[in-house]
Amino acid sequence: MKLSYYPGCSLEGTALDYDHSVREICAKLAVELVDIPDWNCCGASSAHMTDHEIGLRLPMRNLLLAAEAGHDILVPCAACFQRLKAADKALRENPVYWDVDATKYSPAFEIIHISTLLAEAEILAAIKEQVVCHLDELAIACYYGCLSLRNPRVTDAVDWEMPQTLERIVAAVGARPVNWSHRTECCSGSLTMARPDIAEKLVGDIVTAAKRAGAGAMVTDCPMCQANVESRQTLEGGPDAGMPVFYATELIAAALSGSYPVRQQKVHLVSPTVLSRAVTGVGEASSSKEDSR
Amino acid sequence: MENNSISPDQRSEKFLGKLRTRNIDVQACYQCGRCSAGCPIGDFFDLNVMEVVRLAAYGQEDRLLHSHAIWLCAACETCATRCPNEIEIAHLMDVLRELALRKNIAPAEPRIPLFHRSFLGSVGRWGKAYEIGMIANYKIKSKDLMGDMKLGLNMFLKGKLKLVPHSIDNKAEIKAIFSGKGKEYDR
Repeated sequence: MKLSYYPGCSLEGTALDYDHSVREICAKLAVELVDIPDWNCCGASSAHMTDHEIGLRLPMRNLLLAAEAGHDILVPCAACFQRLKAADKALRENPVYWDVDATKYSPAFEIIHISTLLAEAEILAAIKEQVVCHLDELAIACYYGCLSLRNPRVTDAVDWEMPQTLERIVAAVGARPVNWSHRTECCSGSLTMARPDIAEKLVGDIVTAAKRAGAGAMVTDCPMCQANVESRQTLEGGPDAGMPVFYATELIAAALSGSYPVRQQKVHLVSPTVLSRAVTGVGEASSSKEDSR
Repeated sequence: MENNSISPDQRSEKFLGKLRTRNIDVQACYQCGRCSAGCPIGDFFDLNVMEVVRLAAYGQEDRLLHSHAIWLCAACETCATRCPNEIEIAHLMDVLRELALRKNIAPAEPRIPLFHRSFLGSVGRWGKAYEIGMIANYKIKSKDLMGDMKLGLNMFLKGKLKLVPHSIDNKAEIKAIFSGKGKEYDR
């Protein structure tokens, strides 16, 4: 499988490790990624919230660049995904308005968010086949946030109130997804810098809900959610009291390699020992667990 | 909402026309309240989401442009997703923010549009978001120099913030996008 790849700005900065894990596991799962040449920022929330045309023309430039290659576009960031989808719909609806020659934009390509790809049956099968370390000890709260799902008229999400993709992925590496309440609640997104008080309230509710459900960690597929939930939790307690948030691809990379490098652990703002313990702990008992499967 | 009077004198036909061209059918609201009920930030709003929709239906543009709600909305799209009449409420919030900025109306939450401007300033300059540059710009403009110092330092030490911006090659195309050649407004 060959896909155009749109990493987005976060994956070159605060979420650089997300980019590494996406590339690592795609290579193992026979998904070839071709970076969109000279891609630019999608504009994120700030553009569409303050200027309609800039908010659509920025992602459109990337679509037109990708249309030349013609492969489906893989997007690991939920915000970028939603902006590219919105631009794609606008462009297909009225190319003339956006100064685009319709004959140059009739691509069959789709814009795919990472979890949708990873939860496809054949990819899940490949993950299960390649797992060297089942993460049996981990109770995980799968956290989707907003923008890979909403608005479904833009994202084409099917189960926007009850998505299942992350749960399927988490189960494929042997971890245990928990049933909990705040899977699709907002983390406050771009408000986090200007109104940290609101971010702390929303993140506090989310983390409390995850704890109440017995989760030891959260898994997400959005770099904004990851950064906000790890940076805005204000729980009392020792260094292990916090709720670490792993990227779905980070979890898969650990399960497929059987290791969770210190370099990767150090990137977290909340102690990620629950995953390193699961990786090393399970390693010792893996043979007996293989038998039981 | 403390003052719940509606003034026909302040009904803006131009604003209502703009909503029609953007397919934001605020007249379809029958006040079920699902938008307000699901809003994750509603506790912090001065007008609740349904009040924003209703004021828009009455063309009360001026009241809305001065509200906190339009800036506190995080564009999570929960309201528009759950609206039984598929009113594009999140797009309504976008239109209101854009109008407020274009009309130079002092924002009720000044730091939030400053953040957006700092973010877009970096995108306009490099073609990509440059986190440290954007944060520094926001901190200076908002005068919020001390907030999140510890977090920022922590993120820097963890290598999450890059000192050098990533730049795209074809900056001319980005410049054109930001030049205001769009058609929607008379710029």
